[in-house]
Amino acid sequence: MEPLTTEPVTTQPLTTRIDLDTSPVRDLNAKLHTGSVEACEVLNPQGKHALAVGLRHPVTVDVRGHAGYYCAGMNDGGTVTVHGSVGVGVAENMMSGTVRVKGDASQSAGATGRGGLLVIEGSASMRCGISMKGIDIVVGGDIGPMSAFMAQAGRLVVCGDAGEALGDSIYEAHLYVRGSVASLGADCVEKPMHDEHRAELAELLSAAGFDHDPAEFHRYGSARTLYHFAAANSAAY
Amino acid sequence: MCGIVGLHLRDPGLHPQLGTLLEAMLGQIVERGPDSAGVAVYGDRRRCPEGHAAVSVIGALPDAFPGLPEVLVTKAGDTTIVAAPVAPDVLAAAVRKAAPDALIVGTGTDLTVYKGTGNPRDLAATYGLAEAQGWQGLAHTRMATESAVTPEGCHPFSVGDDQCLVHNGSFANHATIRRELAAEGVEFDSENDSEVGARFVAARLAQGEDLEKALRALCERFDGFYTLLVTNGDGFAVVRDAIACKPAIIAETDAWVAMASEFRALAVLPGIDTARIYEPEPERVYAWSR
Repeated sequence: MEPLTTEPVTTQPLTTRIDLDTSPVRDLNAKLHTGSVEACEVLNPQGKHALAVGLRHPVTVDVRGHAGYYCAGMNDGGTVTVHGSVGVGVAENMMSGTVRVKGDASQSAGATGRGGLLVIEGSASMRCGISMKGIDIVVGGDIGPMSAFMAQAGRLVVCGDAGEALGDSIYEAHLYVRGSVASLGADCVEKPMHDEHRAELAELLSAAGFDHDPAEFHRYGSARTLYHFAAANSAAY
Repeated sequence: MCGIVGLHLRDPGLHPQLGTLLEAMLGQIVERGPDSAGVAVYGDRRRCPEGHAAVSVIGALPDAFPGLPEVLVTKAGDTTIVAAPVAPDVLAAAVRKAAPDALIVGTGTDLTVYKGTGNPRDLAATYGLAEAQGWQGLAHTRMATESAVTPEGCHPFSVGDDQCLVHNGSFANHATIRRELAAEGVEFDSENDSEVGARFVAARLAQGEDLEKALRALCERFDGFYTLLVTNGDGFAVVRDAIACKPAIIAETDAWVAMASEFRALAVLPGIDTARIYEPEPERVYAWSR
């Protein structure tokens, strides 16, 4: 029987470095899916699509540059930081984990996400948080038109302004906007801020690393007047 | 799907590199339409010398054009460029007379248009794009949805002197607008919905409107999905429909303005790291002129 090792265990994770100038994206994702990589640095992303998608392990990924579509999509437990901007659908359908974008995000950021935290330090384009189902999204700048369309659950925090038709056909997601809202979508209304809302907002801002005062934000949510909210319509089923 | 790239150079020092930059951009949108590509270049004096008009043609042409002085004919795959030191309408009429079955896909004093089927990377070589110089250019890869993959079906649609329109999307009410324009005497080359957009814009420009005003009118009149890049001898304009589901991204530096379907097509440009990068908002016209 071999003796137990007495050597000190190093706690510094071994960083794998993958240069997308020389390695295909498929190799990157395959390596991240093995579960044996603790930390990975991705060089020269050049707007390539589907970087670090489908993570199922607590791996830390740093993308050094701009990413294309669906970056960190379906993330389930990974911590992904993009040191640049991202294309359509960053962290789409995220289950858990954290995705942070240092720059801006294109359309449909966090779409259909069920859990985890998406932080966009810059601004997000149209349809941010479309059909969100439990994800938390914190945006440092503005969000574009038609954001939080059919948002079902989760929280969306916007430190800047929101574009046209915010929260159209929203269900139970909580929306907090610090700046102006160009217009509200169908069945989305402003709601009073109570202590529990200020508390959850403070928690989200803190988790995202922003130090805004929760008192500067307005809360929006569903007026619950659309078809599915009317008890009389339940007879249709 | 479809892919669009466009580049408007502000810095004359970059004019010799227009072709190589445009080719690199085109290479990044191949997956959005891998079986054909159209390209337009403004100011390529190889094929359209100073003081000449150029007509870009698909189809067989005769060896000689009687009555036209100093005709320069260059071939690039399915497209032939005919240039001569006459007015564009005179040259177009002469080409039409000499080759009634050929299709004119571009006319002007600054514009050359290339269309063809095949892998866009191969087509760029066929067109000699890397050697092209100029001040503005665009390229389109087409994911054909409602008509066959043919050279004639490629974008851009160029239906007025030095004008081009490329389209990602589909117009819903193009048949109605086609009938209205036809009633005003406008003639069409194809059944393509994008051509209706190009004819609409050309009719507006002919009335003296600028690109910005013509595209605002297009937003009022057309239903459907569109990201459009429209160019003429003055400049470059981008517009998206009210829902803006077709992608578009713009980048600007002091040296150039560029537009593409995806960021990766802009990543190849010099100075992209410090460019101002943003997505055009729905139904807002973005226009630049020389």
